[in-house]
Amino acid sequence: MKDIIKGRVYVLGNDIDTDQIIPAQHLVYSLSDPEERKQYGRFALSSVPDGHAGLPAGNIRFVDEGECLSKYNIIIAGKNFGCGSSREHAPVALNIAGVEAVVAESYARIFYRNSVDGGFYLPFETGEHLFKEFRTGDIAEIDVKKSALMNLTTGKSYKLNPLGDVEEILTAGGIFAYARKSGKI
Amino acid sequence: MGMTLTEKILANHAKREAVSPGDNVWIDVDLLMTHDVCGPGTIEIFKKEFGAAAKVWARDKVVIIPDHYIFTQDTYARRNIDILRAFAIEQGIKFFYDAGSPDYKGVCHVALAEEGHTRPGEVLFGTDSHTCTAGAFGEFATGIGNTDAAFIMGTGRLWVKVPPTMKFVFDGDMPQYLMAKDLILHIIGDIGVDGATYKAMEFAGDGISALSVEERMTLCNMAIEAGGKNGIISPDEKTLRFVSERHKGKIEAVYGDQDARYESVKRYNLKDLEPVVAKPHSPDNKAVISEVKGTRIDRCYIGSCTGGKVEDFRAAASILRGNSVKVDTFVVPATTEVEKRLKVEMIDGESIYSILEKAGTQIAGGPSCAACLGGPSDTFGRTKGDEICISTTNRNFPGRMGSKQSQVYLASPLTVAASALRGVITDPREFIR
Repeated sequence: MKDIIKGRVYVLGNDIDTDQIIPAQHLVYSLSDPEERKQYGRFALSSVPDGHAGLPAGNIRFVDEGECLSKYNIIIAGKNFGCGSSREHAPVALNIAGVEAVVAESYARIFYRNSVDGGFYLPFETGEHLFKEFRTGDIAEIDVKKSALMNLTTGKSYKLNPLGDVEEILTAGGIFAYARKSGKI
Repeated sequence: MGMTLTEKILANHAKREAVSPGDNVWIDVDLLMTHDVCGPGTIEIFKKEFGAAAKVWARDKVVIIPDHYIFTQDTYARRNIDILRAFAIEQGIKFFYDAGSPDYKGVCHVALAEEGHTRPGEVLFGTDSHTCTAGAFGEFATGIGNTDAAFIMGTGRLWVKVPPTMKFVFDGDMPQYLMAKDLILHIIGDIGVDGATYKAMEFAGDGISALSVEERMTLCNMAIEAGGKNGIISPDEKTLRFVSERHKGKIEAVYGDQDARYESVKRYNLKDLEPVVAKPHSPDNKAVISEVKGTRIDRCYIGSCTGGKVEDFRAAASILRGNSVKVDTFVVPATTEVEKRLKVEMIDGESIYSILEKAGTQIAGGPSCAACLGGPSDTFGRTKGDEICISTTNRNFPGRMGSKQSQVYLASPLTVAASALRGVITDPREFIR
């Protein structure tokens, strides 16, 4: 787990569901095949309706045409991020596209759990209504230990909720590493 | 202090006297279900973490049910089923309902119940968010991802945070024009798609006791649409009869305590409720039928784990009987058992299947999840362009049924059938005789 995550922000609104994160027709690629695996990155967030893709302007692709890696490594979203299906392909797709942290007002719990147990990135929650404070393309920095987020483009800083009791799992790198470390398996 | 039904089941499986909401506990798992979307990924992680020669913790406690990508030529989708088959053979999985074989069942949540895998007092995890359907049988059932499923596959255990319970009580007699789908869409509309996040949703009251087992499944199926961790209904005579007809082993029903602590209790009187729909693009975008009737539709869809059971088609057929649909209406039985029963269950001497056929609906060649979740481009009933669809399925997020531009309304089978006859959203009361 990195102490500082810095990079370009992609902004989304409320209730971004897993079908928008990775649509059902793309849940078929093998994760162990390095070429097929990239397809998850290519189609990450591909079904977000155009007007909502990359707020506030909208119509901004998360991953450029022909690419499998996103220019954006931090996602800022509203409430209930990741609602819907239990498909782990959703956090996996964000991970393969290069996401290192998601900051949302709240998460749907299966998605949150998948993010944590797979150790795909840091899922932060925040009491603040942040998606109106950031523009897609802003540069941000997260201080993981201090649970702090700074918008380097505007100079404003924000408080994140501490990772809490899942921090141990995230630090270990996922549920398997955590369970081995703590003698559960 | 007493415990709710959910807390009691979790305490039993954590081998603790008591648990409270917020506790993190490791629990023993009774059953793990996986399907063709998440099974291959689960198997991959299982092998990576436990080794190529690893065996599942119990070969009779892992149930594999391909259902999502069945009738498609998509080579990747077909490969998923090949992976499941090879794994089932290698591991000697006792319950593998292979596609294309006489054992094929169809939609996992309905098949699980039909085959007696859903049992009171037990803990069921499945790699599908609608695993919560099985709460209808008084068990703790919830959806998980591939990593958690792989962990269970190897250990038979998983950690859970004990959820607080929200109780929803339905009083009074169920009017003929309402179905369980109306009740759950009312709740989701009232509390929102995140109104029950990380909470148990317990359904109770005379109205729930009067519901059939299938209708209870519809109710619990959509707990996840409010963000719920699980939906649950206390087992009763109907539950025990249904389960004992399908499961020969011991059934140990668990009941909540009288003095259990609920986070909230919300009451509804059934006679005050109207048929409802969820408008595009969210299950909580509730409208009572009078607000949307007359809305143009291009197609209707009756199917899925939540809307493709015998009772759903019986309801639809009661309205379609002797009439013709005005718009393309797709019918997808959830399982082979449902498909069979449609041909033998009668309404006034005519089979449900025949009624649906004569009304001009298009009946799928076999049961599966079909267009409930979009899927490969040749999926039966998948939406195209900006089509407007009214559907008995459980989600209407953008792109869920295929096209990102299409609009999906969710409604009960009665409302969908009535709408099919008019070509516009229609109040089922106009047809109920």
